[in-house]
Amino acid sequence: MFAYLVRRLFLMLVTLFGISVVIFFLLRIVPGNIVDILFAAAGYVDPADKANLEKELGIDQPLIVQYWHWISGFLRGDFGYSYVSEKPALQEILPRIPITARLAGLALLFSASIGIPLGVISAVKQGTRLDYALRVVSLSGLSLPSFWLGLLILTASVAMFGQIPIFNPNPATWLEAFATYAVPAAAVGFRSAALTMRITRSSMLEVLRQDYIRTARAKGASDAAVNYKHALKNAILPVITVIGIEAAFLIGGLIVTETVFNIPGVARFLVEAIRWRDYPIVQNLVMLIAVVVVSANFIVDMLYAVFDPRIRYTD
Amino acid sequence: MRSVWALAATAALSLLAFSTTTFAGEPKQGGILRMYHRDSPGNASIHEGATYSLNVPFMPVFNNLVIYKQDEAQNTMENIVPELAKSWAWVNDNKTLTFRLRQGVKWHDGKPLTSADVKCTFDMLMGKSQQKFRQNPRKSWYDQVNDISTNGDLEVSFNLKRPQPSLLALLASGYTPVYPCHVSPGDMRTHPIGTGPFKFVEFKANESIKLTRNTDYWRKGRPYLDGIEFTIIPNRSTAILAFVAGKFDMTFPTEVSIPLLKDVKSQAPNAICEVEPNNVATNIIVNSSAPPFDNIDIRKAMALSLDRKAFISIMFEGQGDVGGTMLPPPNGLWGMPKEMLETIPGYGPDINANREEAKKLMQKAGYGPDKHLAVKVSTRNIPVYRDPAVILIDQLKSIYIDGELDVVETANWFPKIARKDYMLGLNLTGNAVDDPDQSFYENYSCGSERNYTNYCNKEIEKLFDVQSQETDIAKRKKLVWDIDKKLQEDVARPIIFHARTGTCWQPYVKGVTVMTNSSYNGYRYEDLWMDK
Repeated sequence: MFAYLVRRLFLMLVTLFGISVVIFFLLRIVPGNIVDILFAAAGYVDPADKANLEKELGIDQPLIVQYWHWISGFLRGDFGYSYVSEKPALQEILPRIPITARLAGLALLFSASIGIPLGVISAVKQGTRLDYALRVVSLSGLSLPSFWLGLLILTASVAMFGQIPIFNPNPATWLEAFATYAVPAAAVGFRSAALTMRITRSSMLEVLRQDYIRTARAKGASDAAVNYKHALKNAILPVITVIGIEAAFLIGGLIVTETVFNIPGVARFLVEAIRWRDYPIVQNLVMLIAVVVVSANFIVDMLYAVFDPRIRYTD
Repeated sequence: MRSVWALAATAALSLLAFSTTTFAGEPKQGGILRMYHRDSPGNASIHEGATYSLNVPFMPVFNNLVIYKQDEAQNTMENIVPELAKSWAWVNDNKTLTFRLRQGVKWHDGKPLTSADVKCTFDMLMGKSQQKFRQNPRKSWYDQVNDISTNGDLEVSFNLKRPQPSLLALLASGYTPVYPCHVSPGDMRTHPIGTGPFKFVEFKANESIKLTRNTDYWRKGRPYLDGIEFTIIPNRSTAILAFVAGKFDMTFPTEVSIPLLKDVKSQAPNAICEVEPNNVATNIIVNSSAPPFDNIDIRKAMALSLDRKAFISIMFEGQGDVGGTMLPPPNGLWGMPKEMLETIPGYGPDINANREEAKKLMQKAGYGPDKHLAVKVSTRNIPVYRDPAVILIDQLKSIYIDGELDVVETANWFPKIARKDYMLGLNLTGNAVDDPDQSFYENYSCGSERNYTNYCNKEIEKLFDVQSQETDIAKRKKLVWDIDKKLQEDVARPIIFHARTGTCWQPYVKGVTVMTNSSYNGYRYEDLWMDK
């Protein structure tokens, strides 16, 4: 077990090192740096001023030196300063994480709580009008880009209620606070819910044709017991896998949703930071995400080993 | 000596009188003005930026020595009033501009304003101080200033190399606030300290900018508002919808396009909207140092092919202006009259005739129906650049030029232009001050940092200096028209059109003035109040 743990830990460190190198050098391959952008905003380029600024920000140094400064700082917990706001990078990143986490959590919850039951219903009522209606809904969920859906929701809210559910940093009531996250979460989670629904439906249809389901029905089990206790329990595995994958892809959807609903979360912030070539923010934020993902995988690997002796003995 | 003490005093009195009598209702104290902001400015230091994204939220934090009257739509020399200065005078054969400062003005941190602060600010702008700005885009504005001298705490003089009457106009721009000596340029980027009607509270990048009322403001009774909150909403659709829903009291100034304006008016019929020129010229930058545009015939042909009214009609539903370098009248002070404009090749009303002439020039240069000239039209990857570039490519087709759109990310635009790595470029040029000195020296003088095309004509440059020193407005105007005509004939940087844009506010917002010949100077907001 100890050897397994050491091997996995080593693999994790190698992975993180690889990610850090990729992030760092990919950012430098993108044409232009913060100084170019600042001068573009100022409408002129003065080579002397530009050189001074590059020196001040340390981006005139060889890439290896820059990499070492960043990664050694990261390991010490010194994330440097944002080139744009000139505030500590960590101070810029940390307050935005809970906002995106809440949004992502709610979107996933929406996806599962809508997608799974509707998928089950669609499978159980296969070939009925309800099934067709639900399939149309799921197809539209997959077809509608989340930014478009978001704009439709905003336009409809303004036209129908005279209100706009964009981000409110100081909600007066819990309802307002909920709406601040729930509406954009629904917009971004709709596509995910549609996918979950389709996967649930097809998985359920497959399971419902199994012999043991027929046996359960023959033994007099109720429809609810057959569908939810016997069928769904076995059909849920591919659904969980898809939800897991969707969670990783959610960040892409959140970028546009945070933009449309003007939510000051991490996803939009990351895009803005990339646009400004704000290296300390981009590198540290992506690295933090990578550490969380790799650490989560590491913990899961450890749990597999704990629960399945075959893994710790054979790996 | 030509003194304008009397003029200054009159202007100050008239400002005072205006501010107390103009509004239909009695101004009310209080309320937070909520406005959306179109993007997140890079920092909070006006002197280090060149976008009105900075002026709008941070101009209320500062004062200038002098300023354009904030309740007059048109910026003119007559509308310049004292601000931190009590009065001013031209002395020493118009080579010294002396200001007497207002007494008892305090910075937001409580320290007193003195003439040393003024000297500090302008020394830094001229690059003559120990402390440096990271970026100094308007250094060339002060090329004619020899030095700044002080006489006690309340008098400061700008000593010029030669007379430059328009220096006063430059000092009245929203781009020319006085900075405190005791705060570093770095701190001014993150936490600006001013003497203005509003104090800086916080700037959260990509989120919001908050200002609060300066209770110790030197102008008693001002500002009326308790504060201003800018919510940064880069998505234009979201921002407009939020304004329609009443979440904001005002749109970001001059940011509502003509098509969007229709939406606003239909969905929020009570909103007050104004469409005005913003003194931003859409123009073509030509790389005349390399083939094929080193050939003057091809440059002239290109200028002749332009159908400016088509641009305006497609992009602004007819609400735009055709002009030369200077913003055309009546909003612009220095633009050529229509009759003169139409004598310039390419400005005549008969587009077909112009294009026939252009075709002949192209054939002279070796191109024709069987041999088209292939060019890349480079532009920034922003709709206001990209859209006219597409129309330009379409129009160039009529004279055997096949254009290919080359969109360039903002980060690479100026480096690309500086490298001369382009053939044709579509560019936007904003003028902070409607004054020929700012426009001519900045965009057309030899060696200027913002003269992207490196157009250099020593004869014209002499004329720049002549007009710059001329104190008689009528004579100067004539000189300016001749220069502008020559610049267009030289195809130095062909101007396509001058845009107009909209600003909207809720009916309870009072005291809003949208300036008609600059979008950089009207955001002090101390006279703004809310009737609710």
